[in-house]
Amino acid sequence: MTTHRKKGTRRGLAAAYPSWFYLPAAIIFGVLFLFPTFASLFFSLTRWTLFQYSFIGLDNFRQFFSEPFLVWGLVNTLIYAVVTSGSKVVLGMLLGILLTSNVMARGLLRAVAFFPVLVSTIGVGITFTMLMHPTNGLINDVIATFGLKGPAWLTDPRFALLSVAFVDVWKGVGLATVIYIAGIVSIPPEYYEAAKMDGANALQRFWNVTLPLARPATVTVIILSLIGGLRSFDLIWAMTKGGPGFTTDVVASVIYKQYQAGFYGLSTAGNVVLFVLVAAIVVPLSVMLNRKEVEA
Amino acid sequence: MTTKKFRYYATGILSLVVAFIVFVLPFLFIIVNALKDKPEASLLHFSWPTETHFWANLVAVVEARDYMLMTAFVNSIILTVVAVTGLVVFGAMVGFVLQRRPSRWSGLINFMVLAGLIMPPAVVPTIWLLQWLGLFKTLSGLILIEIAYSLSFSVLLFRAFIATIPRELDEAAILEGAGPFTLFFRIVLPLLKPVAVTVIVVQSVAIFNDFTNPLYYLPGAKNATVQLTLFNFQSMFNTSYNLLFMNILLITIPPLIMFLFFNRQIVEGMTAGAVKG
Repeated sequence: MTTHRKKGTRRGLAAAYPSWFYLPAAIIFGVLFLFPTFASLFFSLTRWTLFQYSFIGLDNFRQFFSEPFLVWGLVNTLIYAVVTSGSKVVLGMLLGILLTSNVMARGLLRAVAFFPVLVSTIGVGITFTMLMHPTNGLINDVIATFGLKGPAWLTDPRFALLSVAFVDVWKGVGLATVIYIAGIVSIPPEYYEAAKMDGANALQRFWNVTLPLARPATVTVIILSLIGGLRSFDLIWAMTKGGPGFTTDVVASVIYKQYQAGFYGLSTAGNVVLFVLVAAIVVPLSVMLNRKEVEA
Repeated sequence: MTTKKFRYYATGILSLVVAFIVFVLPFLFIIVNALKDKPEASLLHFSWPTETHFWANLVAVVEARDYMLMTAFVNSIILTVVAVTGLVVFGAMVGFVLQRRPSRWSGLINFMVLAGLIMPPAVVPTIWLLQWLGLFKTLSGLILIEIAYSLSFSVLLFRAFIATIPRELDEAAILEGAGPFTLFFRIVLPLLKPVAVTVIVVQSVAIFNDFTNPLYYLPGAKNATVQLTLFNFQSMFNTSYNLLFMNILLITIPPLIMFLFFNRQIVEGMTAGAVKG
């Protein structure tokens, strides 16, 4: 009797919620995303002209880890992702706390900090390239009024990568901020009242209430900005195109350059390196961060 | 009391000044330079133009390269509208069945959704495939690509929202004799309006601003999208910064309009899941 009814319900479910609803999405996703992903595992092992290929084993990967300009890309990707992600956590949290407190013109401040998120990355990149111009740029003009000489932000190899990372943070911190605002607002006010009653000062309240209870927001900001940072391409391409030399090249810009140069096998190997890099960093990190949260 | 008030005004004014310098000034820089003539803009100064050339610059940008910007606006609008429509309908269909009928496929589908969110797409094999399908360098190809790359986000949002719609509603409709098509398109889809608006505004801003995918899959000046015009103009206008800034200004208007009308939905969509983790 029970099995019979179960069967009936299952058939009922299948009739009301048919599997073919998956079909349009599954075809588009399967053909245009999954298939190329699997194909890339094969083509990364070849020398490839798009029309014919010859199997060369792991040569592309060997090249990736030995040619200095390709290794630069790998190292820069990690630096860029860690710097932007870390800055967005710290600044996003500070702005989130400021913009959930009783501050003047709160709505206006929130809007102003968030708007850059929605603006064209290429437009932002071009604008900041002008602002960071070594001799005519507004930033160095301001520094000059203090009698100092600002560096060549984008053409000095020591500063270039960090300058682009700064613009990335400028553009993206608004998103981190609204995520923190959502997280902080959801903390029940009783916790703060209890902490106040126990005589905790503002810093202690931040350390013992806000920081642990805004943890889901922190996890989201870290994961989102790491994924974005590791895959970052358009801002770097708009500002430096990987230069000077290869000092701001990242894996994503290497993929594009090798593609343009017609080294399709090598470019695809770069793509596989990028998958592995993203998966190897983001997946364990999100598992770890989410587990700790349950234990706490 | 007075020190409290003093602190309130001091932090308030300080925050406003810092926010103005950090976040507003770069946009004012774009605006004032978009109004200048060529020699004055090339100085890259932050100053009010001695003479405003708004109309002349606007016409020059629009007419440049045989009205390329107009073509690009049309292309970008078609791309955005069609891709976002696909994302809403197909994403909602997946989210609906995924939430309502757990099966042995659910685990795999959830894994695919996460993979789609995290993994960077494999570029050259995609180009190879698009060439084979005859979709490379076509707007239809790019539309399908944008749908494929953003489906995950759309499915996640729809699934979460559908969980809040009571099942009894479906059952009532089924008892009334509604088939799955009627149930979904006539009963459920209209109820998804709030989350659909979120998906629409977030994704249309993202697709309109997309640079990387058009660069790879829709190259060539003939069928450029707006982000590529900026890039193509960068070399062409390297001595005419006024026109470059005017171009930036023009392509910032659509996101600005979205922001003014749908700020709440955009923020909601982008922070979805942040509280739950």
